[in-house]
Amino acid sequence: MDLTYILDKSPVFVAAAKLTLVLAFWGVILSAALGLMCAVTRFYRWPLVSQLAGAYIELARNTPLMVQLFFLYFGLPRVGLVLSGQTCAIVGLTFLGGAYMAEAFRGGLAAVGKDQVEAGLSIGLGRFQLLRYVVAPQALAVSLPAISATVIFLMKETSVFSIVAIPDLMYVAKDLLKEGRGAETNFLLCAAYLTIILPVSLIFARLEKRLRFAGFGS
Amino acid sequence: MAIGPEVLKIKDLKKSFGETAVLKGLTLTVRQGEVLVIIGPSGCGKSTLLRCLNGLEKVNGGEIVFGGQFLTDPQTNWSRTRQRIGMVFQNYELFPHLTALENILLGPLRVQNRKKEEALAVAEGWLTRVGLWDRRDAYPRELSGGQKQRVAIVRALAMDPEIMLFDEVTASLDPEMVREVLDVILTLAKEGLTMLIVTHEMAFAKAVADRIIFLDEGVIVEDASPTVFFENPATERAKKFLNIFQYDDYHKNEGAKGDSGDSPLTPPVIF
Ligand SMILES: Nc1ncnc2c1ncn2[C@@H]1O[C@H](COP(=O)(O)OP(=O)(O)OP(=O)(O)O)[C@@H](O)[C@H]1O
Ligand SMILES: [Mg+2]
Repeated sequence: MDLTYILDKSPVFVAAAKLTLVLAFWGVILSAALGLMCAVTRFYRWPLVSQLAGAYIELARNTPLMVQLFFLYFGLPRVGLVLSGQTCAIVGLTFLGGAYMAEAFRGGLAAVGKDQVEAGLSIGLGRFQLLRYVVAPQALAVSLPAISATVIFLMKETSVFSIVAIPDLMYVAKDLLKEGRGAETNFLLCAAYLTIILPVSLIFARLEKRLRFAGFGS
Repeated sequence: MAIGPEVLKIKDLKKSFGETAVLKGLTLTVRQGEVLVIIGPSGCGKSTLLRCLNGLEKVNGGEIVFGGQFLTDPQTNWSRTRQRIGMVFQNYELFPHLTALENILLGPLRVQNRKKEEALAVAEGWLTRVGLWDRRDAYPRELSGGQKQRVAIVRALAMDPEIMLFDEVTASLDPEMVREVLDVILTLAKEGLTMLIVTHEMAFAKAVADRIIFLDEGVIVEDASPTVFFENPATERAKKFLNIFQYDDYHKNEGAKGDSGDSPLTPPVIF
């Protein structure tokens, strides 16, 4: 392995990693928001919207991100809607991630017992207050492992963004491969993904531990 | 304690789950300051009755009038009504992510929008009275069953309710913790709080009740003072039910001594 080559090419990877991180960040945040909305519609069993959410979740979870991006990037322009590569990437990741987040939140909400809900109601909490003060905090603690898995999954899924012409890590790696530097490229790729994903993983692990000790599971 | 005007009137209350009728036309009036103990065999609808009163179950017929308001009106503002009706559950149902004090303050602060200092003073008063002020920062999992249940009672009391509903609040407790919880309820009774208590603790029922309501198969079979009910029940059903708690005529060695005419080996009916 050629160390000078690696050092030489690092700036390219740093730039690509930054871009990947930014896109992943927005994808994750928007996924969480979309997922939360879906989970709440299903928690309150709002008619129609909850069924719509259910249908969306199945659609998004059972199609590959690559196909979703193809649709956004190559399909939509045919009906006159042209989105930039970055917009497609964020929209695509959100579409996929929202479904996984919804399932993660739903699992947590379902784990909060009916008795807790009734205890909340019996002190006069309204529907929204019940969710905010009683159900959501407990649900979040239960959901955290699933949320953490989803975040990491989404960060890794960014690796297909190159098909919509985004100069992310995989994209720059493909360029280098053309120069016949397989080992170095591989090393740089691994290092780059680890650098952005491992810290996230560790932060979630700490959070989970913290919540476990915060008085749950009585 | 003086018994005041009528606060709760239940008329011909009906509740069924699907095809199963659980409450089959139940009529009952409760006056201010009265303590009613509701007893009856398992599945007779005691919990269902309490749950109908604070809207956790929808009723199928009849009327509930509480403080002049028809709770059977579909327009009932339950959030407002439940502030006036305290409920304590068998399994405490404290919120596990909140400390004892936070559990108690949630209603007064978020539902009733009371001032922090005022709510805190009320909480301190009650917690001190039940001997748990120094445990205010403990999470539920750090408390014993008896302590949890006392906190749950205070959580309901902190809302300053006009009536309290207790559903077998000692049924999940180890025997040595039953007393500390029942003592709290006895004190409340002495102070004239209106209460509906479902319990299987007969000695406690006798001590605390102004009236015993014996429920069986979804109707009130007896409504009597504890003395009358326990010493002279009017119906066969009540006699049979009370027999479950009787062990007096069941002596292990009686048969051997031969001093009993009845068969000593006929055990009391236990469910
Ligand atoms: N949500 C429900 N769905 C269907 N049936 C129910 C429901 N809740 C209660 N029941 C039935 O209604 C009947 C009365 O139940 P309830 O809990 O009121 O009895 P209970 O007198 O409180 O009994 P216990 O002493 O065992 O607590 C029972 O037969 C029970 O199976
Ligand atoms: Mg019951």
